[in-house]
Amino acid sequence: MRTENQKAWFFVLPVLALVAFNALVPMMTVVNYSVQETFGNNQFFWEGLGWFEQILRSDRFQAALGRQFLFTALILLIEVPLGIIVALSMPRKGFWVPVCLVLMALPMLIPWNVVGSMWNIFTLPKIGLLGYFLNDVLGINYDMTQQPLSAWITVIVMDVWHWTSLVVLLCYAGLVSIPDAYYQAAKIDGASPWSVFRYIQLPKMKTVLTIAVLLRFMDSFNIYTEPFVLTGGGPGNSTTLLSIDLVKIALGQFDLGPAAAMSLIYFAITLLVSWVFYTLMTKDDAQ
Amino acid sequence: MALIKLSNLRHSYMPAPKGPEDYALKEIDVTWRDGGAYALLGPSGCGKSTLLNIISGLLTPSEGQILFDDRDVTALPPDQRNIAQVFQFPVIYDTMTVGENLAFPLKNRGVDAATIKRRVDEIAEMLDVTDMLGTRASGLSPDNKQKISMGRGLVRDDVNAVMFDEPLTVIDPHLKWKLRSKLKELHQRVKATMIYVTHDQTEALTFADEVVVMQEGEVVQIGTPVELFERPQHTFVGHFIGSPGMNVLPCEAKGDRAIFEGHEVMLEGPTHGDGGRTDLGIRPEYVGFGDTGIPAHVTKVADIGRHYVISAMVGNTALKAVTEHSVPEPGSQVFLQFKPEQSRVYRDGWIATQERAQ
Repeated sequence: MRTENQKAWFFVLPVLALVAFNALVPMMTVVNYSVQETFGNNQFFWEGLGWFEQILRSDRFQAALGRQFLFTALILLIEVPLGIIVALSMPRKGFWVPVCLVLMALPMLIPWNVVGSMWNIFTLPKIGLLGYFLNDVLGINYDMTQQPLSAWITVIVMDVWHWTSLVVLLCYAGLVSIPDAYYQAAKIDGASPWSVFRYIQLPKMKTVLTIAVLLRFMDSFNIYTEPFVLTGGGPGNSTTLLSIDLVKIALGQFDLGPAAAMSLIYFAITLLVSWVFYTLMTKDDAQ
Repeated sequence: MALIKLSNLRHSYMPAPKGPEDYALKEIDVTWRDGGAYALLGPSGCGKSTLLNIISGLLTPSEGQILFDDRDVTALPPDQRNIAQVFQFPVIYDTMTVGENLAFPLKNRGVDAATIKRRVDEIAEMLDVTDMLGTRASGLSPDNKQKISMGRGLVRDDVNAVMFDEPLTVIDPHLKWKLRSKLKELHQRVKATMIYVTHDQTEALTFADEVVVMQEGEVVQIGTPVELFERPQHTFVGHFIGSPGMNVLPCEAKGDRAIFEGHEVMLEGPTHGDGGRTDLGIRPEYVGFGDTGIPAHVTKVADIGRHYVISAMVGNTALKAVTEHSVPEPGSQVFLQFKPEQSRVYRDGWIATQERAQ
């Protein structure tokens, strides 16, 4: 007979308590709201899955979800390849390495709402440097407060400016860990630059790239502050992403039930897509 | 296949080298016979990897020329020299199968599929990896990975030379021996020039027909393992090869004799040259014991299995002797006899006695 000592579980208790208070309890509150209706005074009426159905069927939610997927897809399609290209062209040795690293890290050190304000002021027509330059010097009709397309472009460019560095730094870390012998062997084997990228650099960057894609997916899918400060979700609803819509419902209209249901749906989608990404990207390693 | 000739080769990693101490390689002139098995032996940092990278084209020398069959290849990149190189750590293309790894150098050179398949099968059979051809290369053990990187070098049949840069460093000791004999066997089968860089004398002496010994960017001696052992041209070779290394004892030279701690020692022949630091070089294997000779005081006796290593003091100089029987006691007084034909004088490190005509 094997005797097992179960005392070790006691050591996990503090962590469990901490997680319960900062994650599980608030989350359960949301679950609680999502299945009930309240008019204040601590009076609750059972609603079942009604809010979920209402949210999923609403055009407003579907439109916001569509915009959210479009936004995240564009962000990943631009930032991941761009990040890889920038990382590949960064120097591996010498004086310029720290200079490049600091320059790359700078955008990420700026608080999110400051980034939003910066780009707002920068791009406003007439006032902003870029807005003025585009309209009055180049003669391009650009106004992110009036035109949905201009607003989208600005939001995307802002996020690329803010977060490509993350992909760059992660890829760069992967690249510098490749021993010189790999490049030398490739030279001797007569490999083309594309083969070197395809068979040496990309495989060696894969682990960090998985992390980069996951982080960029989650962050861009949950993005709130920067577009909120920059466009406030406008013009109209054109840049109202899921989180902006959620806050409008929860704090603007104070519809706690639907907002709670939407939060849970939102969370489930984020979790599901992250899982799909992770499974796809680590599929080969399992063999 | 080609005769490889290095002439007046010098290399410095500094942009503007001044004195000889700035050079990683100083004046190298070596000819590598077509189909030979060579070892490049020397301590870490002596420039052997630099020399290897210059031959393969990964480095361009500061001065001098590299000739392949009288064709100057000094400025050519590695892929145009038809050189193969195996590195210290096995280089494997992780995402490819073993077969694809072996085919890669041929594919890059636009060889047709049928030839690729034939060559890959041939090499796989030689390396005993035929049953692994379809598996992903990333999961292999280090020795198999190193075999695959060797295979990538051998798969081209027009290869001029295969270079090995300390290829057994990461291999387990019991597999080192197996891989080394595999290498020897491969050399006999493919007949390509092989240059094997190592700091391990056993590896060098078992692999090579000829050993090039380097020290501080200079070639000190080129010779067969027997020549290196029997007649070192430099005290460094004497000391580096052999276990224990050659005794290097300060002395004075006088004709065909050396005066060592006041005792006269017969040499292999007359000395030449003048001045400089003079040393008497004799291998411990050729120091014998007798009833007469140079009096010495035994300080230590070490049993290392096949024979005993005796440490002794002659005056204020320590030396070693190797013997298989008649072992003296530590602390005892003995008489040493130096074999004359194995006793030589070195001036500033270089040999300064002439061999007597036999």
